[in-house]
Amino acid sequence: MRDKLLYAAGAAATVILIANLHKILLGIPDEMDQGAIYRILYFHVPSWFTCFAAFFVAGLASVMYSVKRDLRYDVLAVSAVEVGVAFTLVGLATGSIWARIIWGIWWTWDPRLTWALITCVLYAGYLMMRQMIDDASARARFAAVLGTFSFASVAITYKAIDWWRTQHPGPVLPIRAGGGKMDPEMWHAILWNWTAFMLLASVMVAVRISQETRLREVEALRRRAHAI
Amino acid sequence: MDERNFTFMFYGLAAAWAILAIYVLTLVSRERRLARQVEDVKRILEDREKK
Repeated sequence: MRDKLLYAAGAAATVILIANLHKILLGIPDEMDQGAIYRILYFHVPSWFTCFAAFFVAGLASVMYSVKRDLRYDVLAVSAVEVGVAFTLVGLATGSIWARIIWGIWWTWDPRLTWALITCVLYAGYLMMRQMIDDASARARFAAVLGTFSFASVAITYKAIDWWRTQHPGPVLPIRAGGGKMDPEMWHAILWNWTAFMLLASVMVAVRISQETRLREVEALRRRAHAI
Repeated sequence: MDERNFTFMFYGLAAAWAILAIYVLTLVSRERRLARQVEDVKRILEDREKK
């Protein structure tokens, strides 16, 4: 049943992405100044929303682990962080390629971009730190602390365009305070791509949870084998 | 569609899909490694229990 649900979610994500890609490339009106490059926005924004959601889940799971000391929360946290980092890389890469055309540079140390990179490095550090600790409960304890506090970086990244003057475009989405007046057709395409990315991320997290759980079982069996 | 900067838009979409595809491939390879490890541990356990 669980596998069927995962296949259904993956298939739904694929259908939405293909239908939406057709609409993004051929159906949605052009932006006045940027040419085709602005269409990267339909992947850039949803990938950041998706990684923020994944890091939120990881933060919540880290808090729950600290309270309940249940290793299942640790498994959820590491799975969500790993998937979140993959979507963060998509956000950084698409943003950088857009910047090359619009700003004439691949990268600048502006507050939004810098915090986005800090977030990516923090969570990559979280994954690396886990590799360094052998004891499962110590690993989960340290990871829970880092997973909880790293979420502050996500919040700062999100609010950076409100708090500082940045080269990054200001709020253009209608859901944000002071947001721009984006055409509803464009806004809906972003929402559909975000839906597809969230489905994809959910499947990835579920697969990752299953792998992490089995890995722990293998470790337990190995200990048993050595004890015999 | 306005075709200015089309090449870089293509690079952007390709980069997005490439990153996700690479991640999916790492999940698949991890799955295979895990299946191998489970088999190895089962074999070791069976051997030790026989002894």
